[in-house]
Amino acid sequence: MARNEAYITGVGQSEVGVRLPRHPLLLTIDAVNEALADAGLTLDQIDGVCTYPGKVPSFLGFSPVGSDEVIEALGIRSKWHNGAMEQPAQLSAVGNAAQAVKEGLCRHVICFRTVYEAGAMANPREYPMSRPDTVSGPSQWTSPFWAISAACWTAQYAMRHMHKYGMTREQLAQIALNASRNAMKNPRARAITREELTLDKYMSSRMISTPFCLYDCDRFTDASTVVIVSAGDALDEVKVEPVRIAAMSGSVDRYSWDQVEWPAAYETGHDLWTRTDYTAKDVDTVQFYDGFAFLPITWLEGLGFCEKGEGGRFIEGGTRIASDGELPLNTFGGQLGAGRLHGFGFAHEAVTQLRGKGGERQIPGDPKVAVATSGGGPMAAALLLARD
Amino acid sequence: MNPPHRPRPRLDSVNTPFWTGGAEGKLNLCKCADCGEFTHPPLPLCRHCQSENVAPHAVAGTGEIDTYTINHQPWAPGLEVPFVIARVRLDGAPGVYLTTNIVNCPVEDVDFDDKVQVVFEEQDGIFYPLFEKVG
Repeated sequence: MARNEAYITGVGQSEVGVRLPRHPLLLTIDAVNEALADAGLTLDQIDGVCTYPGKVPSFLGFSPVGSDEVIEALGIRSKWHNGAMEQPAQLSAVGNAAQAVKEGLCRHVICFRTVYEAGAMANPREYPMSRPDTVSGPSQWTSPFWAISAACWTAQYAMRHMHKYGMTREQLAQIALNASRNAMKNPRARAITREELTLDKYMSSRMISTPFCLYDCDRFTDASTVVIVSAGDALDEVKVEPVRIAAMSGSVDRYSWDQVEWPAAYETGHDLWTRTDYTAKDVDTVQFYDGFAFLPITWLEGLGFCEKGEGGRFIEGGTRIASDGELPLNTFGGQLGAGRLHGFGFAHEAVTQLRGKGGERQIPGDPKVAVATSGGGPMAAALLLARD
Repeated sequence: MNPPHRPRPRLDSVNTPFWTGGAEGKLNLCKCADCGEFTHPPLPLCRHCQSENVAPHAVAGTGEIDTYTINHQPWAPGLEVPFVIARVRLDGAPGVYLTTNIVNCPVEDVDFDDKVQVVFEEQDGIFYPLFEKVG
């Protein structure tokens, strides 16, 4: 184990549900406790906390818990903490922690993402949605035209892909079908996926924003997901096989959804391979952000698993990306099947699979290398994780 | 139910020419007098050469549909669906795209590369640049 490296040594997750009565801070602590037990660490060994995007008072459901609250609630003697939205994407928080432990600023960092969007909507008294009279910043260029949801923004990239490269709805459907199939084998996905999706049901479901139907969009979820990042010289303190953060990348060209031709997954995907000796051929499983079904296709292309424009044909029929296929995708169900965990679910599952702890959904063989990604539109972040 | 009001941009010194230019029938973009490039969304400087010599410049208001989506989800009570959300690439302003709505035609008549022109919809002093098909 190299000293100047960062490792993921523990993963944890709270109950995942829709309109959970449990307080989001308690969900966060549930996930922390599971991750600590997983790593074999105790709270007094934790000296860093990191989250994305930090507490968002104007929309508490989106991010109800900040890193400082976790420090306070758990009595952590923190040497480094962080929580910010102004970075490439959700998993940048894990990347930040990796840099902090490499710099020697801290040894074991709790990285978390807590979401409470469903619970907040159901309890507006405690979680008021601030509805400003006016829009400003980037949203002023989209919201006035009722392009309020990222579904409408992302849909326009997907429409371009269909127009330019011939992707079909039947091909796109494989992302949601695969997610549903995998979620059925994930006990934590029960509140989100109760029965397996069929192509007929997909094709006849109501449209949200073409080409995205209901099943192409993730749904509000209440949960907390934790990843513990540890320094290479602190591994003698953990009790599990650590997973190395072998490379990371993130990029933003324009901070705008409508001034870029394609999502940032292409640039971020390219950059990841410039920082490692691994190649796409070495990857055993991929966990790609799928808040909307088109996004994993941009990651497949951006990371070079297929040529640009070939993503639709690459996933056609779904066998290649199935859990027993050549490139198992979103083996826990992704956000489409297992809930809008907002990025951290992908790192959680990559580590779970690399350790062979996937239970019923464990992929065959002896997986050693995985990619986890987050982001969409003009922002993206990727992690290459390796058990080496 | 009355159709809901469009979300209203908060006017400031930088964005006011864009959101109010329609009062004079003008689609104003931020243009650099030094290098000639456009900066959109507008800024108090040119994002290409960092010159502060930028000013509103009325473009022709014509363009082509760069990409689009037919939106079926009513994001606000009373919002009539379906309608088209599109991104228009503007003639005479290379590299500038506007998210907008394509109006005055059935949604199924909209396609990539369709030629469009601006049509302003006024609401409480904001002139929303929508687009309709030409010809």
